[in-house]
Amino acid sequence: MPAIKPRPRSLAYAGLAYIVAAIFLLPYVEMVVSALRPANEMLDRTYVPTHWNWHNFVDIWTTDFGQSLRISLEVASGSTLLVLLAAIPAAYYTARYRFLGRTTFLLLVLVTQMFQPTAMLVGIYREFLSFGLIDSVIALILVNAGFNLAFAVWILNAYISAIPVELEEAASIDGASRVGTLFRIVLPLALPGIVTALIFTFINAWNEFIVALTLTTSPATEPLTVMLNSYIGQYQVDWSHLFAGSVIATFPVIILFALIEGKVVSGLTAGSIK
Amino acid sequence: MIAVVVLWPVVIMVRTAFQKISPDGFILGQAGWRNFVFLWQEPALPGILVRTSIWVLTVVVITMLIALAMAQLFNQEFPGRRVARWALIAPWAASVVMTAIVFRWSLNADNGIINVALHDLGLMPVYGTDAADWLGRPVVAFAWMMLVAIFVSVPFSTYALLAGLQAIPTETYEAARIDGAGAWRIYIAITLPLLRPAFIVALLINVMNVFNSFPIIWEMTRGGPGHQTSTTTTFMYQLKQSYIGESAAMSVVNFALVLLIVLVYLRATSVQGRAA
Repeated sequence: MPAIKPRPRSLAYAGLAYIVAAIFLLPYVEMVVSALRPANEMLDRTYVPTHWNWHNFVDIWTTDFGQSLRISLEVASGSTLLVLLAAIPAAYYTARYRFLGRTTFLLLVLVTQMFQPTAMLVGIYREFLSFGLIDSVIALILVNAGFNLAFAVWILNAYISAIPVELEEAASIDGASRVGTLFRIVLPLALPGIVTALIFTFINAWNEFIVALTLTTSPATEPLTVMLNSYIGQYQVDWSHLFAGSVIATFPVIILFALIEGKVVSGLTAGSIK
Repeated sequence: MIAVVVLWPVVIMVRTAFQKISPDGFILGQAGWRNFVFLWQEPALPGILVRTSIWVLTVVVITMLIALAMAQLFNQEFPGRRVARWALIAPWAASVVMTAIVFRWSLNADNGIINVALHDLGLMPVYGTDAADWLGRPVVAFAWMMLVAIFVSVPFSTYALLAGLQAIPTETYEAARIDGAGAWRIYIAITLPLLRPAFIVALLINVMNVFNSFPIIWEMTRGGPGHQTSTTTTFMYQLKQSYIGESAAMSVVNFALVLLIVLVYLRATSVQGRAA
């Protein structure tokens, strides 16, 4: 007998779910509250300050923050661009042609998806040291692009495979070139996949910490994740700027992520469900 | 031709990934196995290995259990479900560095908000004492950091399991209900087995992430006092700053473990492929 769900039950679920959701938001609420605490209330034992100080968001720009924000943007956009340039042709080729070693290639992509730069940190450090690329934005772009390429190829491969070949054949009968077909037919249809790969790579590069910590030594090349640590001094911590900076660095990313949330999961788990 | 142009970055990446780690003698001249011997003789190493196992096991197991329950909850129909799900995204999308810093701040012995709340509840009598200094005591600090690790791992796991739950056809449930199965019986006999593929993938991705997790420990205690809250990952980083050869040896060990997990992953997915 298919029972009709009684209303009180769904309300109980809703209540429970809201509580759980609120718990997961709490640290970020505290982040905002602390960012708005005036300096003289920083050490108060209160949940919220008596005055709200928006000034932290203004005078943070007098510190190194702006510079690091620019570096984070450069690193994240640079690696995203690089990933898309490499991943789109790679995904197209593997989706459309059965070539020798195709399975090996896709398997390879999957394996690199599982690796993280942390496990190869010393290697990465030695490598870029020998290239003379310590303290350079290019090094960070290369590493971030390398480690996000796998996911991008994988998710784009799934999207392009789903586009019927007949569409491309029809286009070529109508006189479109190979490249024309790619730009006019395939890419627009794979757009959701491209956007997902784009945002995902951007966020990963934006949040990356350990490689940036290892490969940068001067404030001029530190992205935000590393730079914010400089507010934590040996004896004194500049909490207000630390949290104002965190808020600026965190919230845009959360919103971007909300836009692609469903697709990322299907991409990450595609390996097994396929 | 495209294949060559496109393939090479990935191939080079993987190849150098192997080259740069394995011949650490090459990096340091003729060190041979000496770095591994040094590493093996580190007095802190046994504790670090034990702690790493506890770290990975505890965080992953608790994360997966919470995620199972939460996926079930967020799979129910209720008003505002979409908004509630969005809230889960925050810890997943936000930089772990910043999440860890907020927790460190909230645990501050003198005025951290967690201490303020515990004080108001009567659970933490005096500010600024040892009892309030959660991150100053290795065992307690490690427990708090595991909590943070669970906190940042649960959202992804929940989403992965939700995707798995949604792939289960409703007819299967209806059939079971017609056969007279109760809610709990349906969960054990139908939901869990059908959720297996999503569960295994989420589990392995978590093992990988948690094993390689660096920012939480780094931001909250730097692995200290001493090495008493270090895992192999943070220890590797600390070694890098003075003994790069030994750090490379630690990396090789870490890398071998990661490789092992990848093999298990590939095996698990191919087993599924054959079963399907």
